[in-house]
This record gives sequence, structure tokens and C-alpha cells, in this order.
Amino acid sequence: MTDLPESTIDRKTLLPQLFPHPENYLLLAGLAGTAKDSAAWTGEADNLLTLGGAMGAAVAMGLGMALSAPDRQVAVMTGDGELLMNVGVLATVASVMPDNLTIVCVDNGQHGETGGQPGHTSRRTDLAKMADGAGIPSVMTVTSPEELPAAQKFLTESPAPRFLCVRVMPGAPTVYKRNWDLAECRLIFRNAFLSG
Amino acid sequence: MSTSLTQEDWSRLIFDKLAEGGVTLFSYVPDFGNSVLVDMADEDNRTRTVLLSSEQEGVALCAGADLVGGRGVLLMQSSGVGNVPNMLSLVQGGRFPMLMIVTMRGEYGEQNPWQYPMGQAVVPVLEAMGIQCIRVERDDELDQAVDSAISAAFAAGQGVALILTQNFLGAKAF
Repeated sequence: MTDLPESTIDRKTLLPQLFPHPENYLLLAGLAGTAKDSAAWTGEADNLLTLGGAMGAAVAMGLGMALSAPDRQVAVMTGDGELLMNVGVLATVASVMPDNLTIVCVDNGQHGETGGQPGHTSRRTDLAKMADGAGIPSVMTVTSPEELPAAQKFLTESPAPRFLCVRVMPGAPTVYKRNWDLAECRLIFRNAFLSG
Repeated sequence: MSTSLTQEDWSRLIFDKLAEGGVTLFSYVPDFGNSVLVDMADEDNRTRTVLLSSEQEGVALCAGADLVGGRGVLLMQSSGVGNVPNMLSLVQGGRFPMLMIVTMRGEYGEQNPWQYPMGQAVVPVLEAMGIQCIRVERDDELDQAVDSAISAAFAAGQGVALILTQNFLGAKAF
């Protein structure tokens, strides 16, 4: 089926291990599983915006934040499907070379939100190689919990922009009912940033 | 009547108004029509350009800038409008301000048949996604149209597209 490595990482425990201090970041999560995991992880903190649609928006939105808030660290959490929807954005990021942008792709190889249908990364596609080919200077893939301390170090010490591909086991994301009102979420995030 | 403003003239007028209006990010997919404006944004130390792979990135990029109080603009050819509708969910659902400048092909004077389908669909597609379109046909409309677009986006928080028509730009001769 594939020569891509099988993972032993549980997505539900991933983000706190990667980011021990989420309050130090402006956080953006693409739709579906990564949005639920991120919302549950931070309790929908006001430095997190999660998307429920506009598939393919996450990295470009993070880039806009990173360029407009150059003194802050921006982290984008996305999924393999969300990223592939608009994967050319990796070239856009590499051309601009923002030194405050981190991209984490939670790669479960399937479209979890619509029923778990297999995606390209369950077959032959390697998103880390695509990020590398796009020109992202720092790229890493992890597939086991034992590698997560090294991944955490990568996220703080490697030259940005950086791309971490976390292959995770199949399985549902964290159950979390989050705010679907994007206009309200925008104002909460924006007001918190501008008053902070 | 053909335009008497040169591309340098009208690009300067638009650039100055955008820069004075606090727009710092000029995201674009290259088009002959926006090329001088992009060069101006590259050269000015108040602004920076972002070359996009696809126009839809620009919608998300401008929304991201807004989240931290920044202002962006999306520059594209009319054909690129077909790449953005789903991303405009951000504007309707999130009430993000959005300013686009569309340089037209596929209308008045067009010789390339491939440009007509999307060119003719620009306004219906944008309006279907809640974007207000301000068309510029003549030189004397430009100044007020640019002011209107900037205030609609950044004072009133609307989604707005400034449409620079081929009547205004002049049909591409190559």
C-alpha cells in the first residue's frame, strides 16, 4: 500500500507535548480534527482562532498574521487534507521566509471530518518532502511518541519558517464543542491581540 | 474614449491611496494590469508584496493580517476570481474586511476566447459571495472609486472589489 511509516502517535495527546507554552504563540487551526484538538487543548483561548470551513485557508492565514505581527510567534495547525487543498501556499511561505511562522501538519492520512476516507498521504504522498521541495528551510517528520521531545526542540530551535509533519494513528480527534460563530471568534482574537 | 492616464499614473494614484490608508501587504498573482502597482509596493519601505501561488491564498492572508490589526489587499486578474469563492466564506461568516483589485480580461476589446468565460462571470461570482463590486470604466471615475473601495473595506468592514475594466485599462494588444 505505502512505504510511508506507520505511526504510534495519538493525536489527542500531541499538541501539549509540542507546545508546552501555548500562551507564547498566536495560534491558528485549520478545519476539522486539528481545530477540535486545538480548541480542547487551549480551552478556546483568545490567542487561538479555529476554522470550520474555508478549507485550505490555514497556512495563508497564519502567514498574514506572521507578516503583520512580526514580533510574535505564529503557529498553524493543519491537517493533511486541509494542506493539500491549497498546497502551493508552501511555496508562498518559502518565498517570503517569515522568521516567526511554524506549521504543524497533523497527518492522519484520511479525511476524518467526512467519514475517514483515505487521503493521498495514506498512499504515496509525503508532505514533508513537498514542504522541502517548496523551499521551507526546516522540515521534520515524526511518527512515534519517543520523537516528540526532539520535535518540541525543532519547533523552538530550527530556523523558521519551519514545517513539522506529525504522522498520527487513525482515530477520532478530541471531542469538543467549539464556537462556530466566526465573526465573534474574529473579534475575540483581534481584541485580545490589540489590547495585549 | 481611450484612457489618457498612463499605467504609471493610475498605479501611482492607487498605490498612494492604499499606502496612506494603512495597507501594508500587497498580495498578488501576477498580471500585466497589476505589474506597475506591485513594483511600487516592492520599492516602498512602508509596504511589502507577497507573491501567491493561487488567488485564494490572498483572501486568507488578508484575513490573517486583520486578526492582528494589519491591512492587506489582493491583486489579481479576472481569471483569478474563479479561484476564490469558497475562501470568501471568511468574509461573509467572519465579517473580515476584504479589498480586492481585479484587472479585467474577457470583456471589451478582448481577443483571447479563453478569457471570456471567467471574465464575464467576475461580477456575478463575487456578488454571489457577498462582495460589492465597484467598476472603473473611465479615468475620471478612478479617484473616487479607490476612496470608496478603501473606506468600504477598512472603515465599514465590507468585502469589496475594485474592478478595473478593459475599457479603462485598454485591451491587451498581445
